[in-house]
Amino acid sequence: MTTTDPRPTTAAPRVALRDRVLRFAELVTTPLLPSDYLDLVDPLRSGADLRGRIEAIRPETRDAATIVLRPGRGWRPHRPGQYIRIGIDVDGVRQWRAYSLTSDLTRNDGCISVTVKAIPGGKVSNHLVHRARPGTIVQLDQAAGEFCLPDERPEKALFVTAGSGITPVMGILRNHPELTDVVLVHSAPTADDVVFGHELRRMAADGRIRLIEQHTDSAGMLDARSIAELVPDLHERATWACGPVGMLEALEEHFAEAGLADRLYTERFRPSVVVTGEGGTVTFSKNGTTLEADGATPILDAAEEAGVLMPSGCRMGICYGCVLPLREGAVRDLRNGELTVAAPGDGVLVQTCVSAAAGACTVDH
Amino acid sequence: MTVLQKKPENPIAHLSAEDIEIIGKELDTIRQEVRDSLGEDDAKYIRRVIDVQRKLELGSRAVLLVSMFPPAWFVGTAGLSLAKILENMEIGHNILHGQWDWMRDPKIHSTTWEWDMASPAAQWKHSHNELHHTYTNVIGKDNDLGYGIMRVDEDQKWHPLYLAQPLWNFVNACFFEYGIAAYDLELGKNLATKKRRNDPKFRAAAKQVLKKIRNQATKDYVIHPALSGPSFLPTLAANFTANVVRNLWSHSVIMCGHFPEGVETFEKSSIEGETRGEWYLRQMLGSANISGSKAMHIMTGNLSHQVEHHLFPDLPSNRYAEIAPKVKDIFDRYGLTYHSAPLYKQVASAWHKVIRLSLPNGWLAETTPKNAPAQVVKLVRMTTGGKKVRRELSRAA
Repeated sequence: MTTTDPRPTTAAPRVALRDRVLRFAELVTTPLLPSDYLDLVDPLRSGADLRGRIEAIRPETRDAATIVLRPGRGWRPHRPGQYIRIGIDVDGVRQWRAYSLTSDLTRNDGCISVTVKAIPGGKVSNHLVHRARPGTIVQLDQAAGEFCLPDERPEKALFVTAGSGITPVMGILRNHPELTDVVLVHSAPTADDVVFGHELRRMAADGRIRLIEQHTDSAGMLDARSIAELVPDLHERATWACGPVGMLEALEEHFAEAGLADRLYTERFRPSVVVTGEGGTVTFSKNGTTLEADGATPILDAAEEAGVLMPSGCRMGICYGCVLPLREGAVRDLRNGELTVAAPGDGVLVQTCVSAAAGACTVDH
Repeated sequence: MTVLQKKPENPIAHLSAEDIEIIGKELDTIRQEVRDSLGEDDAKYIRRVIDVQRKLELGSRAVLLVSMFPPAWFVGTAGLSLAKILENMEIGHNILHGQWDWMRDPKIHSTTWEWDMASPAAQWKHSHNELHHTYTNVIGKDNDLGYGIMRVDEDQKWHPLYLAQPLWNFVNACFFEYGIAAYDLELGKNLATKKRRNDPKFRAAAKQVLKKIRNQATKDYVIHPALSGPSFLPTLAANFTANVVRNLWSHSVIMCGHFPEGVETFEKSSIEGETRGEWYLRQMLGSANISGSKAMHIMTGNLSHQVEHHLFPDLPSNRYAEIAPKVKDIFDRYGLTYHSAPLYKQVASAWHKVIRLSLPNGWLAETTPKNAPAQVVKLVRMTTGGKKVRRELSRAA
């Protein structure tokens, strides 16, 4: 927390002054940083780590809600269709998840929103939909993702979505009223389960979109062929699809067969279940070593046996001299069998001396 | 006292190897129960302590801007001392143990935290978490026993230089943070030979410590006094006082952890091939608690629950109080002594030991008002005489 960035040697006078003030402030607060104190007062100020405050939580369906966030001053406007990663403390533990932005860019209160569907057993989604309260400060990343309209707008567009796959598309529909010929094929278990159902049906009634709702509890799932039947001019349309992996793969196959693979844009929500087992392949991302470790050998031992120079300490799980970030995969705590799981992009710190691989995993070292 | 293995009555002789492993299992269960129940309330606790500490420090330093007014000086100095104690004990020490790593908050994490101490966090983590907590009370391996400058055991040969050890101990207490930094650097060992002095690893570490000390000293003895303008000198004195108060306090608390009479020490060879159960047992026998109010526990960083801390150094400190009765129950059932006493008693007991060991073996116990003059003569002879005289006189005792 004491480190500061190297400073440019040739800086404009104003920057130099700011620099000097900052350096002085660091002398005042060492070993902490000035920001550690400023965060007490204004966690959303410019220059702070990007955070947001939950302003409102609006239920959409029985298991989905829109979370309205006031982002910190460092927020850069997003493009409709993009997602953000949100870090929120659930049961005291910081968890990061990605959610699609659904807000209208023209809203003038400076807020953004994501829409979250609670998935069974989903720690973060259930927390956000059912338990989170306005006023909570969350960590944010800048918007990312390429599931967006090109600068040159398509004349005819098709969106194929299922479940919470509607969320990035809603972001697009709300912000691109200039799209005139839009077909939306959306699947959900029942009419009540359609997230934004009311708004979508109104858009359809106004003639902005052609809406095809498939209620899968009663009518079953759509396959690529029936979509082609429902949308006869499918091949003339630029198509964006977001939903379960099976649906996306079927569509990709269909478009590839028709020689139109470049007309289909897909967005995958990452599978949330990590396959765990006893032991697995451990990859050290920085030094490039890959090794097979069994489920009873600490990663530290396995790595050292493979010649990796590892940080280490007491080798019994008390000193934390060996912790490294787990970037992806799962490890098991040999003391109690507890699993620690990291989604891509995470950096959960694990004690390598008491953790064994539980499936393939990537360690940042 | 002498290492446990050489005692005439071994306090663990009644335990079978099986008993020791069962104790280990029972302690593992206690640990697991706490791990499983960690949650939002614990996270709230540490954030609240940090929040209070930062506001207290800011407020106290603000008051000290006008420290030329005596009431402001007293209030500011008291507040800053308190803030510095909280920062070192309940916050810094425990975060650096990894007690709060489970929250996955990079701002409150053992790998990112830096504290208001002369010793850089990384160096302290090595000597404390790794050496002291692994080799607790093993003579020759755990340098926390007397910090390498004191005689901590009857088995160490007495030398007249040790007569000064109560004084050393007091000086070390006043400037404890620098003592710790020197000790983390293994200064005594590393300055001894030219080869060690020039070792690039040692030089790099020493440079880090000097940089840290410079930053800390600049803050407390230049910047903040300068900001106080006409109150320059009173603020400087206030900051110095707060540092000394913090040092005395943390030294006292830490001395109470392993130094009171009755706490066991261990032979180097005794830990070869030690099982988890045996490691637990060594922690149980090698630590002592301080009893007192909730506020006292917080001010000691819950090191007042030294026994629980040494058994579970990575469990959040706010949970030690609730597991203490369960731990004590294990002591009782297995016929072991759970050392716990109020602060003043433990401090007195630890100081008594420092003084006793500064003198030749048995000298203090043998001395009565009646034989005092003769004892003093004997001590003088032992001090001024050579090795031979010392050997003869101690044998005569």
